[in-house]
Amino acid sequence: MIRVKFLAFAAAVSTLASCSSSWGWYVVNPSTTSGLNNLKFLVGGLYYTIALSLTAIAISITVGLVIALPGLASHRALRNINRLYVELVRAVPILVLILWVYYGMPQMTGLSITVFWAGVIALALSDSAFEAEIFRAGIQSIDKGQYEAAHSISLGYVDTMRFVILPQAVRRILPALGNQLVYMLKMSSLVSVIGMQELTRKANELVVTEYRPLEIYTILVLEYLVLILAVSAGVRWLEKRMQSDQSK
Amino acid sequence: MRQPPTEPIIEISDVNKFFEEFQALANVSLEIYLGERTVICGPSGSGKSTLIRCINGLEHHDSGTIKVDGEYLTRSNASLRSVRSKAGMVFQQFNLFPHLTVLDNLTLGPMRSRGFSKREAQDLAMLYLERVRIPEQSSKFPRQLSGGQQQRVAIARSLCMEPKIMLFDEPTSALDPEMISEVLDVIIELADSGMTMICVTHEMGFARKVADTMVFMDFGEIVESSPPERFFENPNSERCRDFLQKILHH
Repeated sequence: MIRVKFLAFAAAVSTLASCSSSWGWYVVNPSTTSGLNNLKFLVGGLYYTIALSLTAIAISITVGLVIALPGLASHRALRNINRLYVELVRAVPILVLILWVYYGMPQMTGLSITVFWAGVIALALSDSAFEAEIFRAGIQSIDKGQYEAAHSISLGYVDTMRFVILPQAVRRILPALGNQLVYMLKMSSLVSVIGMQELTRKANELVVTEYRPLEIYTILVLEYLVLILAVSAGVRWLEKRMQSDQSK
Repeated sequence: MRQPPTEPIIEISDVNKFFEEFQALANVSLEIYLGERTVICGPSGSGKSTLIRCINGLEHHDSGTIKVDGEYLTRSNASLRSVRSKAGMVFQQFNLFPHLTVLDNLTLGPMRSRGFSKREAQDLAMLYLERVRIPEQSSKFPRQLSGGQQQRVAIARSLCMEPKIMLFDEPTSALDPEMISEVLDVIIELADSGMTMICVTHEMGFARKVADTMVFMDFGEIVESSPPERFFENPNSERCRDFLQKILHH
């Protein structure tokens, strides 16, 4: 298996090297001053990509949970609120939402908004509908007996959710939540259209001055790859830790 | 039975319960006095589980009244919480919280609904774990225990709420045969200590040993309610005689 991977890697490298005529790695060659500066410029977008994604996911998980709960209620009116929110928000493309929040909302409310918060609001809003569905599925997967046991020791709704249902549901939906974080990191690239200085915007700006899209976008791809592999590893670690909680 | 006090601790009158078209309880009336041990039996689907689930509000009765320790049971949260703190419940499937240790399973109720400190709740939990004879398992998770041990933890969890009444819903039906007696022994001990209890079970040897009153249900009705001597030797109804014959001689 390892040998196969190595061969594939070697083949990929030699293919890239063989079309050296069309590659100009000098733009990002760290041994030259300009190359190093270009690299620093590109990596400089990392902060905003991460800050934006983490803030947005934190908000969207919170909102998603709040929206999921009425979706589980026995009252039809409450369930309809949940459905309405999910269906409406899910139907708006993220890019459209970003443009609407940044250019449209200030006109409506009269308040100006920074690029960062416009991005956070748009990403969080859009993602919250998906988080709501994930939470609803997770909570619904918990056995009815768990609620009954919680009720039988006199726990109210909030305590039942907080101490009995949600801890179990979160363990089950952890892989899906990890997915959403990965998705969020990728979608944050769209916020570049309103001028957010994140990874994609930085790459676009450098391409305009250096005219080397192939190399610069390749670096961009690698940046996202590293970021997302790190998130995957983190989620897997968390999953393992939560599982060992129950079977030590 | 002990000398009858003036007022029953549980008073069920004319209770009806429907699941869609199916009538699970039909004009059920039953009085239970403090310290009384009642065993309910009957064929599956006869409404016995529904009846005890109605007593602590896990199912809502459609008509009639249920009065527990002087309080009428309604659908309001206050009424449900109050009745549930008086009537503990042990389930067929144990329903322990799998993400919590045995100790945390036991301390959750006292800490969150009785206002105990962590320390007090832990002391209480250890007291009841000793009573069900598994104090050494306190730091384990439920899935590391046998079925019999899990059910004993579930009994201890209910006892930690210090209820006046214990309800058992087929507590040994999900157990491997060799584990039934360890759970029944714990329940018998509890009965001997004077706990008021209602137990739905098919374990007739156990019933004969602990019951003050035997109740036989069929098609959602209470068909027979009598002391165990009369119940086992000379039941009034044909249906009850049939049922006993089936489960006692096989």
